[in-house]
Amino acid sequence: MTLAQDKVAAQGYEIVTRLDFSETTFLLEIRHAALARAARAGQFVIVMSHEEGERIPLTLADFDRGRGTITLVIQAAGKTTREMQETCQVGGHLHAVVGPMGIPSHVGSSKKVVCVGGGLGVAPIYPQARAHKEAGAYVIGVVGFRSKALMFWEDKFRACCDQLIVCTDDGSTGIKGLVTEGVKQALAEHADIDEVVAIGPPIMMKACAATTKPRAIKTTVSLNPIMVDGTGMCGGCRVRVGGKVFFACVDGPDFDGHEVDFDDLTQRLRRYAPAERRALEHWRENCRMRGAQS
Amino acid sequence: MAKKKTIRTIPQDRTPMREQPAGERRHNFGEVACGYALEDAQREAERCLFCPERFCVQGCPVSIDIPDFIRKITEKDFRGAYDIITATNLLPAICGRVCPQETQCEGQCTVGDSLEPVAIGRLERFVGDLAVAEGWINIPPIEANAFRVAIVGSGPSGMACAADLAKAGCDVTVYEAFQEAGGVLKYGIPEFRLPNSVIDSEIGKLIKLGIKFECNTLVGRLFTVEQMLGEMGFQAVFIGTGAGYPSFMGIPGESLDGVLSANELLTRCNLMQARDFPRHDTPLELGRRVAVIGAGNTAMDAMRVSLRLGAEEVHCIYRRSKAEAPARAEELHHAEQEGVEFHWLTSPVELLDDGKRGVRGMRCIRMELGEPDDSGRRRPVPVKGSEFEFDCETVVYAIGTNANPILGQTSKLRLNKRGYIEVDEDLATSIMGVYAGGDIVTGAATVIEAMGAGRKAAASIKRYLGLRDSERVYRAAEPALFGIGERNYVRLHQSVDA
Ligand SMILES: Cc1cc2nc3c(=O)[nH]c(=O)nc-3n(C[C@H](O)[C@H](O)[C@H](O)COP(=O)(O)OP(=O)(O)OC[C@H]3O[C@@H](n4cnc5c(N)ncnc54)[C@H](O)[C@@H]3O)c2cc1C
Ligand code: SF4
Ligand code: FES
Repeated sequence: MTLAQDKVAAQGYEIVTRLDFSETTFLLEIRHAALARAARAGQFVIVMSHEEGERIPLTLADFDRGRGTITLVIQAAGKTTREMQETCQVGGHLHAVVGPMGIPSHVGSSKKVVCVGGGLGVAPIYPQARAHKEAGAYVIGVVGFRSKALMFWEDKFRACCDQLIVCTDDGSTGIKGLVTEGVKQALAEHADIDEVVAIGPPIMMKACAATTKPRAIKTTVSLNPIMVDGTGMCGGCRVRVGGKVFFACVDGPDFDGHEVDFDDLTQRLRRYAPAERRALEHWRENCRMRGAQS
Repeated sequence: MAKKKTIRTIPQDRTPMREQPAGERRHNFGEVACGYALEDAQREAERCLFCPERFCVQGCPVSIDIPDFIRKITEKDFRGAYDIITATNLLPAICGRVCPQETQCEGQCTVGDSLEPVAIGRLERFVGDLAVAEGWINIPPIEANAFRVAIVGSGPSGMACAADLAKAGCDVTVYEAFQEAGGVLKYGIPEFRLPNSVIDSEIGKLIKLGIKFECNTLVGRLFTVEQMLGEMGFQAVFIGTGAGYPSFMGIPGESLDGVLSANELLTRCNLMQARDFPRHDTPLELGRRVAVIGAGNTAMDAMRVSLRLGAEEVHCIYRRSKAEAPARAEELHHAEQEGVEFHWLTSPVELLDDGKRGVRGMRCIRMELGEPDDSGRRRPVPVKGSEFEFDCETVVYAIGTNANPILGQTSKLRLNKRGYIEVDEDLATSIMGVYAGGDIVTGAATVIEAMGAGRKAAASIKRYLGLRDSERVYRAAEPALFGIGERNYVRLHQSVDA
């Protein structure tokens, strides 16, 4: 039984736009006026796609107060996100969307900021770049893709970045190499960078932090460990930062990149890997059976 | 009426409650204690002496008129018994199951001085279950007023506060962060102890009182407490967000896979239905041997859930002795019956790495009891040179919780040194019109205390809003005020079922 009283919540949260950026990456725009109003750069939501679904954290990729919507960019990796890729269509609904969660990013004190997004992190770095720009900072965007064909939101980034450095694995556009190459270029060109903000897979954030470490430039990373409630109640999201334990959902998600134990994060993200594989197999099997029936 | 009962004339033994045999139940999530049948309840009710001192009432945190409701059972007036209980306790089917009766009502029972005390909790549950089955609900005539009150958190404190304010005529909205209402009752306490259907039925009654539930709403982040009083137009707010934020010990090995809090284990299993994985998407992986640290209700629940999820061995590690274990006596007993191994006076010092990021075991040290500490319990002190290792693959922490920080981060509410919300004797916080109660004020406590706090806050809010104190408005002793005659009740009942 779902006890949500209002019709909206009983039905779920409406999907108003879907865009596919690649075979695996897709965008959902969801109607939730209150959330769009409350959201700040750096925050995330927890989503359940259907009643039996898992609660998964997704960093906000955008929010539009005028339209009353939030935007999520999702990479189909495990069972839940692959299923969402298959089932989430315009006019459909997500069972639960709750947030905005986490402490908003600290914006306003840095005058020159590098915003780095790689892989999954490209979309969520966008609100940070925009917020820093709106706060009057000089913003250098660094975004990384596998190739030119998979690139998205170049226009959005150009609109809020004073300088945009694109990196591709194959060199089909921008510089050839990982986003750390872009960060190095930015550091080489600017002596007065106050802060680097990096969002992406742990290995990429770790590399960015290592790049800025010699110059002791403040480096903020956004951690996205496995979560259940997102309200500080379960401790599943605990991360090690500076030798201490924090719950990323309420103490973060932003932490000092030079203090984060990324190896611990990487390991803890794999905690349920065997179960996730089983879930994926089970789901594929069901899909095959449904396919055979129809 | 028959002549006066004495301790010698009443049934001497406490009426047993049928239970699922331990060997069977440790493999299923069906309810362990099956409840009293009608004859059981009547026999047990006969054991009450109706003594004038009414010590049991003093033992109950919400002062239910215990002898009066028991007398109604002896008179076969079950609806009457229900009316008496619900005059003070909103959730008899729940409290009858989860209250620590041995330290509350039953601990004070006069019969208990020479025999086993009257099984007050079981009788309360019997009445509560009957009410659920029959669809009884006590709705006083509600005279709507213009006040809007918001409740943050749908656990027992929030539910109780909401009910009283709705009965007083306020327009009440409950905001809950999770996708379902119920708080710890839903995500923490497992189905074999408190079936979800019981909670949902109680919540159904609140909805009939006109209370609105807004799930998926994280107060503090989606909007702040200050906004609720301002632009959202609420005249008062009650905060019952619970304790949350589980503690770890800070010993080596805690970030290994296979180490989790009892809250995580229980939420995955109970709320997210990981026990039906992969039909439900949320996974939960347990090793063959599970060690749970702590001996409170949360620890007992985590251990018994682990057994039901297929763990072959479950160990309880507790640094004090059995006498100090904070769990309900019945849960401890049930855990023993189900084959949990208890290691009293034992404390972990290190979790051992299996070399593949998993746990292979735990190094522990034996403790002995020294001088009493602040809590009055004897402080456990380590015995030098008594360290030993034992094997396990999963380690579950159930050693208590700290205050949830979200509302403190997002409002001007004054917190105490430990991060809990500071309140005065009326449960008023530092912000005018905002009240708080339950675990977020006291730290982890009990369902009935949280409920009591919710009701107390409701009384304060009514005073703050200038409403009559409803305490007298819907006493069961004033049937006219209950409003629902037999015929109306039947109609209501039918429309509910339809
Ligand atoms: C596993 C377990 C077993 C227990 N067993 C027993 C027992 O047998 N007997 C007993 O008497 N007691 C027991 N307890 C203790 C008892 O459950 C608690 O004392 C009681 O539930 C506290 O009630 P509460 O209303 O303060 O908060 P909770 O029940 O914790 O409810 C708080 C609710 O608020 C929500 N919330 C939190 N923050 C926000 C926010 N910012 N916005 C919106 N919603 C929010 C939470 O999601 C939650 O649903 C047990 C506790 C646990 C964890
Ligand atoms: S509510 Fe709890 S303490 Fe009060 S009578 Fe019932 S079981 Fe006893
Ligand atoms: S996700 Fe549960 S505490 Fe952070």
